[in-house]
Amino acid sequence: MPDEVLDCRGQRCPLPVIAAARRMPEVPVGTVVRVLADDPAAAVDIPAWCRMRGQEFVAAITGPDGPAYDIRRAH
Amino acid sequence: MSASPVYLDAATAAPMHPVARQALLAALDDGWADPGKLYTQARRARQLLDAAREAVAQTLGVRADELSFTPSGTTAAHGAVLGGLAGRRRVGSTLVHSAIEHSAVLHAAERHVAAGGDAHPVPVDRLGRLDLTAWSDAVRGPGVALAALITASHEVGTVQPVAEAAAACADAGVPLYVDAAQSVGRVPLPAGWSVLTASAHKWGGPPGVGLLAVRKGTRWESPWPADEREGGRTPGSVNLPAVVAAAASLRAAAADAAAEETRLAPLVDRIRARVAAEVPDVEVVGDPVLRLPHLVTFSCLYVDGEALLHALDRRGFAVSSGSSCTSSTLRPSHVLEAMGVLSHGNVRVSLHRETTEADVERFLAELPGIVAGLRAEAGVVGL
Repeated sequence: MPDEVLDCRGQRCPLPVIAAARRMPEVPVGTVVRVLADDPAAAVDIPAWCRMRGQEFVAAITGPDGPAYDIRRAH
Repeated sequence: MSASPVYLDAATAAPMHPVARQALLAALDDGWADPGKLYTQARRARQLLDAAREAVAQTLGVRADELSFTPSGTTAAHGAVLGGLAGRRRVGSTLVHSAIEHSAVLHAAERHVAAGGDAHPVPVDRLGRLDLTAWSDAVRGPGVALAALITASHEVGTVQPVAEAAAACADAGVPLYVDAAQSVGRVPLPAGWSVLTASAHKWGGPPGVGLLAVRKGTRWESPWPADEREGGRTPGSVNLPAVVAAAASLRAAAADAAAEETRLAPLVDRIRARVAAEVPDVEVVGDPVLRLPHLVTFSCLYVDGEALLHALDRRGFAVSSGSSCTSSTLRPSHVLEAMGVLSHGNVRVSLHRETTEADVERFLAELPGIVAGLRAEAGVVGL
């Protein structure tokens, strides 16, 4: 389970990626943040952001809240 | 004050070659009649059509009777896919295609699936290059009627391993269709294909002319209602003045192709290097070496693609984008998605015969400031 949830539903890319980029440096290393984002570009751009920033992309999930993306702060 | 225009979207439509313009005007005067009729005006039109077909066939390295002119590159792609599948329906109903085909090919595939057929997309790697092992496995599968592979990506420029893919198809006895829209008139064509399509406005011909070449012996059956024109492969009267212009400009483009490749490829190298060095948080995508000479794509982190296109347009730069906010479907480019690269803030720059070094330098000089300005407006600096 994630440590916290960032609700970006209804936001168009790049806004969910920006929200994740703002939040990740504020949480302790090792924290898993779940980004809820229904913009289809998030499925591409959140893993790409993790790769560019050296953060860990844990998984893409489709749950009751729609598409979600788990990111673990790696450094 | 508005900046002087710099058109950098040749991969969508290249500015018309002066030879195309001359040929078009001349053919409007004596190429308007129906080439299928039996009077003097028709014979003149027939001569023009035959000469155009002969010239294009020579450039492609096919026989004239293997080549048809279609009303667009899109129609040619639809015909190639649906006709290739129809011709082999007794073998099976599976279409194997790369995940990065042009939307025209994918839309034809959707039609095929809606009618009960199967489509099997084959993945690409991070650089946009076909997974040859997956491709070879897929074409060897049961009931494969046709395989479709773009010669080089229209979105990121990565040249595909067509010769190897064609060899796998030949081993499996599956005909290969290649969408050569970004290659014809620019780079040498690969070998081993059975069906090929292209589009005249990509090489400096007029819009509204496509090419469909079907090699002898290929099981291909027209998916359209019967029509005897153009070898029975595409219905309707051809736009003869446009076809004449397309043929004349293809000959000119092919004659200059090697020199243009030598001139444009270093400009693309320069864009790749300078954008990566001078714009922070940018991902330059596509294969750095095995790529088209005229096309380069990059994505700028945290930047809205539509805002970037508008900002560039205000400075006179016409470019294209694969970002979702710039598409009518609000989905990101399926090509960028298949590669797993950043899709927002995406820009495709494609050069042509009128592009100068000064144009490229001005673009490179202005881009970092434009991106920085958009990031400052969005409050994402330092993220």
